[in-house]
Amino acid sequence: MTVSLSLRAEADVLGQSLPTLLAEAERLSSALSLGDHGRKRAGQGADFWQYRPAMPGDSARNIDWRRSAKSDAPYIREREWQASQGVTFWVDSAKSMQFQSSKSKQSKTDRAFIVAYALAISLLKGGERVGIEGQGRPRAGIAQMSMLALALADQRVAEFGAPSLHDAISHSRAVVISDFLGDLGPLQAALGAAADKGVRGVIIQILDPIEEDFPFDGRTIFQSVGGGIAFETQEAGDLRARYLQRLQDRKAELARMAQALGWHFTTHHTGSPALPLLLWAHQALGGNR
Amino acid sequence: MLAGLSFSQPLLLAALVILPVLWLILRAIPPAAKRLRFAAVGLLLGLKDETRQADRTPWWLLALRIFAILAAILGFAGPTLNPTPNSLSSGPLLLVFDGGWAEASDWDIRRQKASEILAEASRSARPVALITLVESPQTPVFQSADSVLTRINAMDPSPWLPRAMFEWAKVLPTGDFETYWLSDGLDHAGRDALHTALANKGDVRVYQSPRVLLGIAPAVIKDGAVIVTVLRPLGGPEAEVEVIGRGPDPAGIDRELARFKVAFSVGEIRAESSLSLPPELRNRLNRFEILGNRSAGAVSLTDDSLKRRKIAILAGGTSKEGLTLLDQTHYLRQALAPSTELIEGALADVLKASPDVVILADVARLTQAESDALLDWIEKGGLLLRFSGPRLAASDLSRSAEDPLMPVRLREGGREIGGTMSWGDPRPIAPFAEGSPFHGLEVPQDLTVSEQVLAEPGPDVAQRTIASLADGTPLVTRKIIGDGQVVLFHVTANAEWSSLPLSGLFVQMLERLAVSAGSEPPKPETLKGQIWSAGRVIDGYGAGQSGEDISGVDGELLGNALFAGPSDGLPPGVYTEGARSLALNAISVDATLEPAVWPNIQIIDGIGASKSVALKGPLLAASLCLTLLDILAALWLSGRLASFARKSAAIVMMGFLPFHAPPAQAQEAAKDEVAIAATEGVVLAYVRTGDASLDTLSQAGLLGLSDRLTERTSIEPLPPMGVDIEADELAFFPFLYWPITTTQALPSPGAYDRLNAYLRSGGMILFDTKDGDISQNGVTSAEGETLRGIAQGLDIPPLNIIPTDHILTRSFYLIQNFPGRFDSPILWVEAAPEQAEATDGMPFRPQNDGVTPVVIGGNDWASAWATDEFGAPLYPVGRGEGGERQRETAYRFGINLIMHVLTGNYKSDQVHVPALLERLGQ
Repeated sequence: MTVSLSLRAEADVLGQSLPTLLAEAERLSSALSLGDHGRKRAGQGADFWQYRPAMPGDSARNIDWRRSAKSDAPYIREREWQASQGVTFWVDSAKSMQFQSSKSKQSKTDRAFIVAYALAISLLKGGERVGIEGQGRPRAGIAQMSMLALALADQRVAEFGAPSLHDAISHSRAVVISDFLGDLGPLQAALGAAADKGVRGVIIQILDPIEEDFPFDGRTIFQSVGGGIAFETQEAGDLRARYLQRLQDRKAELARMAQALGWHFTTHHTGSPALPLLLWAHQALGGNR
Repeated sequence: MLAGLSFSQPLLLAALVILPVLWLILRAIPPAAKRLRFAAVGLLLGLKDETRQADRTPWWLLALRIFAILAAILGFAGPTLNPTPNSLSSGPLLLVFDGGWAEASDWDIRRQKASEILAEASRSARPVALITLVESPQTPVFQSADSVLTRINAMDPSPWLPRAMFEWAKVLPTGDFETYWLSDGLDHAGRDALHTALANKGDVRVYQSPRVLLGIAPAVIKDGAVIVTVLRPLGGPEAEVEVIGRGPDPAGIDRELARFKVAFSVGEIRAESSLSLPPELRNRLNRFEILGNRSAGAVSLTDDSLKRRKIAILAGGTSKEGLTLLDQTHYLRQALAPSTELIEGALADVLKASPDVVILADVARLTQAESDALLDWIEKGGLLLRFSGPRLAASDLSRSAEDPLMPVRLREGGREIGGTMSWGDPRPIAPFAEGSPFHGLEVPQDLTVSEQVLAEPGPDVAQRTIASLADGTPLVTRKIIGDGQVVLFHVTANAEWSSLPLSGLFVQMLERLAVSAGSEPPKPETLKGQIWSAGRVIDGYGAGQSGEDISGVDGELLGNALFAGPSDGLPPGVYTEGARSLALNAISVDATLEPAVWPNIQIIDGIGASKSVALKGPLLAASLCLTLLDILAALWLSGRLASFARKSAAIVMMGFLPFHAPPAQAQEAAKDEVAIAATEGVVLAYVRTGDASLDTLSQAGLLGLSDRLTERTSIEPLPPMGVDIEADELAFFPFLYWPITTTQALPSPGAYDRLNAYLRSGGMILFDTKDGDISQNGVTSAEGETLRGIAQGLDIPPLNIIPTDHILTRSFYLIQNFPGRFDSPILWVEAAPEQAEATDGMPFRPQNDGVTPVVIGGNDWASAWATDEFGAPLYPVGRGEGGERQRETAYRFGINLIMHVLTGNYKSDQVHVPALLERLGQ
């Protein structure tokens, strides 16, 4: 797992920069802050909400003695009801994600890991509960990070990933990261099921720049990263327009699916920096509420 | 073409049969597809190719590959174009050189060809003999090729052409041998005979250069104009030949005096050009040369026949009207007018015209002043020719004592022979004695003398007599005075006393006395009995040499040679006898250049071109190139070329950028820009030598000097410029700094023209040999030698080491030495005129009225002047304070020099200031 160690280090570094984001968000408004979100009513929470006169049935331990001492009647100190959000990640680690062209510095897998992990760190630090699909329900706490790292670094053997969001709890959030170059059927099914549970979130498509350019010419045999699929052409240059059209269609389809379910969709390239994507993801995750 | 192709490994050609097989195989195998990992392959599935061309090799790629292999097979088979044909033959080899001047211009190529043949012969251990047809025949000896090679390397073309080749046919070695004949392409007497004789001995192979041979015939005078004839052996297309006439200038320096073009029309083998020159120039001409042609045949020396002597004729008394034929001077005029310039007038007047000859026909009386002037003139080399006549006979001139202007004392009254009142018959003239200038001339028997003045017998008379009558009485006497002479004909210049003036002998005698020179070359018999010595002779290349070591030549032989051409022992050159000179040229007057016609044999044209060419290298290179092309093509087919090209494009572009020649228009514009920049102010210029560091140094040096000039004087030069003497216009620059390096090539003729025009129009060149440290004590450095070579073609006046009162010592600063980085006192400038002498009270002599066109020294001034752009000196000079002092003096010299260039002798004129002020009445 040396790879994952270095990746984790990198993600740690990237995560270090996120607190500034948090600070920024906290400064703007507590509502935009991550972690426990006030529900504008009394309930479980850490922040003071109101004092009210003690009523019959209130537990004696809830009486705020300092406040009560200022008057004759006992007062109950109520706190705002606060609850943290659960975010479930699904990161495609199939072989197609391992592709890396000369134009980018990272494979798609690496980029997906970094994005997901950085996002997770910032969420965890913000007090949110973070989980990864297949590893149980989202949990809070820094200890979750190590679990995430191990899970994210787990390599799979399939050519293309098939997303699922079984672990997402109702009305929680989900982050789906993949290149979405395989069959879209599983994605549709997973999103549909999640939407039924009231789960919303973001879809991040990570592509290599070369997949956007298709700068090929001549007689070429294209092989999938796993080698399982091959396609031969006599003149790759002739295919460019049609390939790009197909890619465009794929993106449009993803965007349409996201829009239909109230999700957010973006395409990210491994050739460009990751930070804007993180900002966007924060926005998309937080702004949705 | 293919006939001249052979293979060293012909068996390899069998491999050519695999080509069709290769064709089939290659055709079946398309260029390999590249395999790419591509994650989005899923999106590609199901796409169909629109074109399917690459699965079979395209025909052109196939052809490319086949040619690559073909070239490789042919290359390894070792083909040779024009194979040296004797590689298979053996046995003795005779190498025949014509060896005349006609080969001089491509002598090196011939020598090269010969050494190739010899190298081949040496490999096959063939004995070789060498004959040079210009030499006198002797049986050649077969020896090893190497020893012949050393002889050939030491051989130079003779300034004459082979003659009587059939003589060689008699001395050929016995036995069979093969002959290689390096012919000059001209027909020579007996060539056929020799060729037949050689052909009987074995194969004869003739090499002949395709170069156009040019020759120049002796210049002749026709209707007062000089006719120069250029010859070529074969009528070809129109051609123009440039001819220059050279001769000494008044200072004795050899210069170009005339330059003109001679044009051949189509098919012509002779071309003439008529040149009319002022007599002063014409008399100075000593040779014509075809420009750019290096052979004795391209040089035509001129002699007396081209000169027009000035002759003053004075007759005693008034001529009798209506009696032209009895006029004292009629026959003289007839004899002299065609070839000389006659001056008439009073003696005092004509002497001022500095005639070559003064003829006094029956003049007895001269005033004391006249005779003094005449004597003075004779002592300086004049020839006084006197004829007697009734007046002379009647006078008492030279009677009691010998008159200085008469060779002998005369007896009173003269003598009459064979007249009505005298005894005896008219006397014939005795054959001319040996030692007389007329020796060898045929005396016609019908010449008689009926009257004469008689010489008083005395000790000198016999010695002074150069012609006498049959009875021994002197007819012509001569006395040497100083550098000149007085010659007295004891008869009249008309036919009154003798029939001599009516005969051809009279004209010949005048010619012998150098009174006149015929415009036709003299007949051999007229030269008989004289010994001519060679003055300046020319070698086979047409270069002049001293003829000191050539023994005297009998006039008749010389006369014959004038028609038959020069030969061994009688090289072309100028021969002199007394005051007369005769030019013997490589091409005689009526000669033509006859092309050689070879009977029915293969002539290998082009001595250079027949060199065998091994094609192995080029073919293999072609194969390699095709293979590389194939790689590119395969890359292109498989679509990999684009990225490859992107990477290499930058490199390729960088490689090609400097070779992009700017279009001509841009060049013109650039030229104009340079001209404008150079004329916006005073610009000091230096000659670009091609050595980048030296040019930078010159630039920095002149920049430093320009800065000093701006600081200290009213001259404010613009930044210095480098000029290319081959291409740039020089007229913009008042001053050129020319550092000399040993690697410099000589300027081209065009550049010389421009440099000379520059020097004549007032430009100055400072030559810097940068050897002031080593050339002080008369040592000539390599740079000095180079400078000598360069200066040879320049129009440079006589130089001397700078005198202490030269204008350069005071044109701005007062300086006495002219250091640069070195401090050699030697600086050469134009010599002051000889008559320049200091007047009393003046610190210096009145000197040249102009700027010295060259200053030559070796003090490496540029290094001393050089500064960087901040004005800090770039190179150390000397040591410490003294060094800085030296640098300062170097700047002062530079400032003085530029001042001198720009103001001329202004400072010299300052000498007159007191006188001028006095005259102004101040």
